[in-house]
Amino acid sequence: MSTKTDKIDRLAELTAAKRTDQGHGESLWREAFKRLRRSPMAIAGTIVVGIFIVIAIVGPYIAPFDPVSQTWGDEVFPNKNTFVGPRAENWLGLDHLGRDQFSRMVIGARQSLMVGVVATLLGFAFGALLGGIAGAAAGLGKRWGRRLDTVLMRFTDMMLAIPALLLAVSVAALMGQSLATVMIAVGVAQVPIFARLLRGSMLSQAHSDYVLAAKATGIKRRRIVLAHILPNSMGPVLVQATLTLATAIIDAAALSYLGLGSPDQSTPEWGTMLADAQRFLSGAPQLAIYPAVAIIITALGFTLLGEAMRESLDPKLRK
Amino acid sequence: MFRFVVRRLLQLVPTLLGLSLLLFIWVHSLPGGPEYSLLNEDATDEQRAALRESLGLNEPIWVQYGRFMAKLVQLDFGISLQTGQPVLTEFFNRFPATAELGIMAMTMAVCVGIPLGYFAARYRGRFLDTGAVAGSLIGICIPVFFLGFILKLIFSEHLGLLPSAFRQTAGINATHPTGFYVLDGLLTGEFDAAWDAFLHLILPGLTLASIPLAIITRMTRASVLEVMGEDYVRTAESKGLQQRIIRGRHILRNAMLPVVTAIGLLTGALFAGAVLTESVFAFQGMGLFVYQATQTRDYPALMGFIMLIATVYVLVNLLVDISYSLFDPRVRVR
Amino acid sequence: MRTKRSHGLRALAVLAAAGMLATACASDRDDSSADEKNENQPLIFAAPGDARSLDPFYATDGETFRVTRQMYNTLLKHEAGGSEIVGDLAKDWSQNDEGTVWTFDLHDNVTFHDDEKFNAEAVCANYDHWFNLSGDFQDSNVSYYWQTIFGGFAENESDDIPPANYVSCTAEEEFKVVIEVDKYSASLPGGFSMAAFGIMSPKVLDAQADMEVTGEPGAFEFPEYSQDPDAVAGTGPYRAVGWDKSSQEITLERFDDYWAEPAGIKTLIIKTISDENARKQALEAGDIHGYDLVAPADVEPLKSAGFEVPDRGVFNVLYMAYQQEGNEALEDLQVRQALAHAVNRQRIVDSLLPEGSEVATQFMPPTLTGWSENVTEYEYDTDKAVDLLADAGYSDLTIDFCYPTEVTRPYMPAPRDIYDIIKGDLEAAGITVEEESMPWGDYVAHTDAGGCSLYLLGWTGDFNEAYNFIGTWFGDYDRGWGFRNDEIFDAMDAVANEPDPAARETMYIELNETIMDFLPGLPISSSPPSIAFSADLNPPTTSPLTQENFAEATWK
Repeated sequence: MSTKTDKIDRLAELTAAKRTDQGHGESLWREAFKRLRRSPMAIAGTIVVGIFIVIAIVGPYIAPFDPVSQTWGDEVFPNKNTFVGPRAENWLGLDHLGRDQFSRMVIGARQSLMVGVVATLLGFAFGALLGGIAGAAAGLGKRWGRRLDTVLMRFTDMMLAIPALLLAVSVAALMGQSLATVMIAVGVAQVPIFARLLRGSMLSQAHSDYVLAAKATGIKRRRIVLAHILPNSMGPVLVQATLTLATAIIDAAALSYLGLGSPDQSTPEWGTMLADAQRFLSGAPQLAIYPAVAIIITALGFTLLGEAMRESLDPKLRK
Repeated sequence: MFRFVVRRLLQLVPTLLGLSLLLFIWVHSLPGGPEYSLLNEDATDEQRAALRESLGLNEPIWVQYGRFMAKLVQLDFGISLQTGQPVLTEFFNRFPATAELGIMAMTMAVCVGIPLGYFAARYRGRFLDTGAVAGSLIGICIPVFFLGFILKLIFSEHLGLLPSAFRQTAGINATHPTGFYVLDGLLTGEFDAAWDAFLHLILPGLTLASIPLAIITRMTRASVLEVMGEDYVRTAESKGLQQRIIRGRHILRNAMLPVVTAIGLLTGALFAGAVLTESVFAFQGMGLFVYQATQTRDYPALMGFIMLIATVYVLVNLLVDISYSLFDPRVRVR
Repeated sequence: MRTKRSHGLRALAVLAAAGMLATACASDRDDSSADEKNENQPLIFAAPGDARSLDPFYATDGETFRVTRQMYNTLLKHEAGGSEIVGDLAKDWSQNDEGTVWTFDLHDNVTFHDDEKFNAEAVCANYDHWFNLSGDFQDSNVSYYWQTIFGGFAENESDDIPPANYVSCTAEEEFKVVIEVDKYSASLPGGFSMAAFGIMSPKVLDAQADMEVTGEPGAFEFPEYSQDPDAVAGTGPYRAVGWDKSSQEITLERFDDYWAEPAGIKTLIIKTISDENARKQALEAGDIHGYDLVAPADVEPLKSAGFEVPDRGVFNVLYMAYQQEGNEALEDLQVRQALAHAVNRQRIVDSLLPEGSEVATQFMPPTLTGWSENVTEYEYDTDKAVDLLADAGYSDLTIDFCYPTEVTRPYMPAPRDIYDIIKGDLEAAGITVEEESMPWGDYVAHTDAGGCSLYLLGWTGDFNEAYNFIGTWFGDYDRGWGFRNDEIFDAMDAVANEPDPAARETMYIELNETIMDFLPGLPISSSPPSIAFSADLNPPTTSPLTQENFAEATWK
């Protein structure tokens, strides 16, 4: 039974490919990747992100000391404004409780990456689910499909109307303070964005020529949605996911500053370290500057990568 | 036009209803239940029981939701635990401050971001462009609160040029008929008070503007680039129209449409920034109030503010949509 | 970036130049004698939180009292800079042997802010007014201190309210008042100095006869007049002239007919800055002239930048409580002792707390009568802690330990740092610590209800009486501590009803020794909370009870 539909599927793919690849005979993705490799932004972003990921993975093995043991506790006196800066033994000096700052930074990388990744995955998963259902329903047409789409989009409107930070506060109020709360709070705030994006992208695909062609040849709507629209709509969503990795790390730091961050001290995290070190800005500014710079550079890396992806995927911007 | 506005207003109803349901569920799933969220920390078990009774928490859940809604419709959000004042009063007390700060930040972002984005696109690939792109990327990546501290450190502590806290110098003895301090000063003729309030807006405004500025710059740049490649621009060029006219009438106007939408959406995002900015600068607006409410677990205030801020956000976006439809008649048809 | 900044910078430079012009003009005017400055320049003080009421009676929090203390006088007060009780509106006072009849000789030259004359009748009008409160005013959230010091009301409307200890107030002469209580309580005479019992003009009380509290039980809205500066009138050196809630600012102005030395600076403004770092930056930037609860880490930088950070004296205690019902191991005295030996309290004092702090050997500061030199002390000794745990059979003890987030208390400047040190010490002794943290509001409720096995908390004394410390915790079974020890409870009951001060002192000393043998928790430190002022100010005498009288301040 499938010979006919297979043929038509191939046709739809070809139409789609024609629309995007300008006759080079390569798929959208491959060409995008090719462009990406040549973009200086992407290269810079990849290097930064790569270094960050490597540190996050090997961090615990290269950290010279235990990040939580207050080994040099008797050398640091925050109340007398006596801190210990970089020295042979402790490359970045000691924090306010006499812990090795270098070890804390290195191990903090993993924690920060985890916050970013988990929050993004959460937002992505639920957002894609919502947006996918809405987009599919809208694409399938029929009355109930449009209704379902409307209801789901009203729901995302509602979530968008609550400022992300208040959403996070509400989540924290429900769940108490923990690293999980931070991840969920940051992730939840991203759900409506992903949902809207995927739905919008799917709808615009739904009006594209190849889908119309596929429709005209009588392929089942469900098949069109699953086999054609959905995969072709993922581009913008992936770009958003990369950008969200950056925002998630920054948002986690903001939550820490507001006192809603992870209270768990046993594993250092950059956002918490930054928020915590604001107190010593006059006596030991380096304690705030290290994590701040780390956060900024990492976020920059993800942003660069995301922007480069966006540009390479957007046929209008390429030249 | 009128029908468009009415239809959009009607669309708000389900959004707000859904929001109230969400909040209701939230309050009821707080650890310890709603009576806990309403009581002071030192309340006794007996008081909790009495409150459960008086709140009707022993009744069926839909009756409770009905009562909850009845209160919301009367704009009764309860009493803030931290100040002992009705939440609505607190909201109106603090709304002008944040609105003023938001306007300041948005003005900075728009006045700098749009020209910057436009010129970056025009001189694509040159130094200005690279600088603008790099700047906007960094602008997004600096944690807002950290930027605030750094600005304060430089301009208030070291240079002593700008105030680091409050909306106005304490004891300046100004009258505040509207709560918008700069406007108040201008209205009452207390120009030194207006100037003072304006100075107090600069650093927090700059801090708050960092993210919208970055986004607007990039949006404008991308949008202008896109429009510059459109057929009608090329047509206009080939017709030999003056560059000035092409730029003004064809490029800029068309490129502004997505930017206007973005500004509407950013207004919502601005609030999250306001919580951070206001607490860094002790700027007494809604953001600071919410910050303090989270510190004291002032749930009635949090709930009321979420509801009210969401309403404001929805209304602002409605306004943006309406203004958008003035720009672009196609929107009305859709 | 560069381009963006240069736009911003140029705009800033223009504004900055204009700003400098403006300040230059202003400084011309400022170049005057201190007297003129006292008249013209307001003193702006930043408090960590908002006041809630201009009538202190309803309040329980230090921020409200900081404001109302400037506006009202009480019958007695604490000496400036110390903790001795001296007369305020009363020149002199005496008690009968049973401690039930208190006679006060009042000053005869006092007027209220609304020109009413102060006399014995006015005192009685206040006390009788409080005693006769009804309805929601009897809620413990509305009249907490009255119920703590004087028990219930003329007609208690609920069984939860303690029986009234207050009997009557009599104006014997125009300036002599007698207050009678049912039986002696250790809360007297200290209670007469409580800021909550500031004397209000009888005219205000009359005008507000039909006032009421509104709102839900537990979340009350205070009566309207308590939010209105024009509606209240006390006898203090300052009177309230403005309360701008949207900018969290209370303006007080010198009361010219003040009966004692009038306030030095004409205008006093108290504003709220909740963020600790923002308070410090505001002081450094000159936006404010003083603030309370300086972080210990900021003391040295502020001092070296020329700011005044006067010593405050110690009147508090920080402790780690053992909630014995939370973890059965804590019922074992050896475990409690092991925990005490495990903690390096000296390091907390040396590295985290302000100068002048000391390790606490018992549940009260040494300045208090009844402090004992001979309590059992538990020195820092990890090995001993390990041995004690092994003896008790709890070598692998796991225990939950709570601390509050985002808060500084006068006795606990950086809770998480203190917590981190203790946690590290406990882990060094082989104890597994399960960490739990909560914002302050939740924390107090949670720990009071016995929700944490170990937790950090403390207390700043209301007045100079040991019972105000140890009685607060160990007078009776308390869910926050979760133990019953009749020896302590009975002794506490006895001392509470002993009118003879000398006898009380001996009893307190014995009690402190008993308590420290029983070890219901570990007292950690007594520390002076820091307060900072700008260099051009002659600051008020600082008070260990954080009861500064801002009328003493003048500009240099």
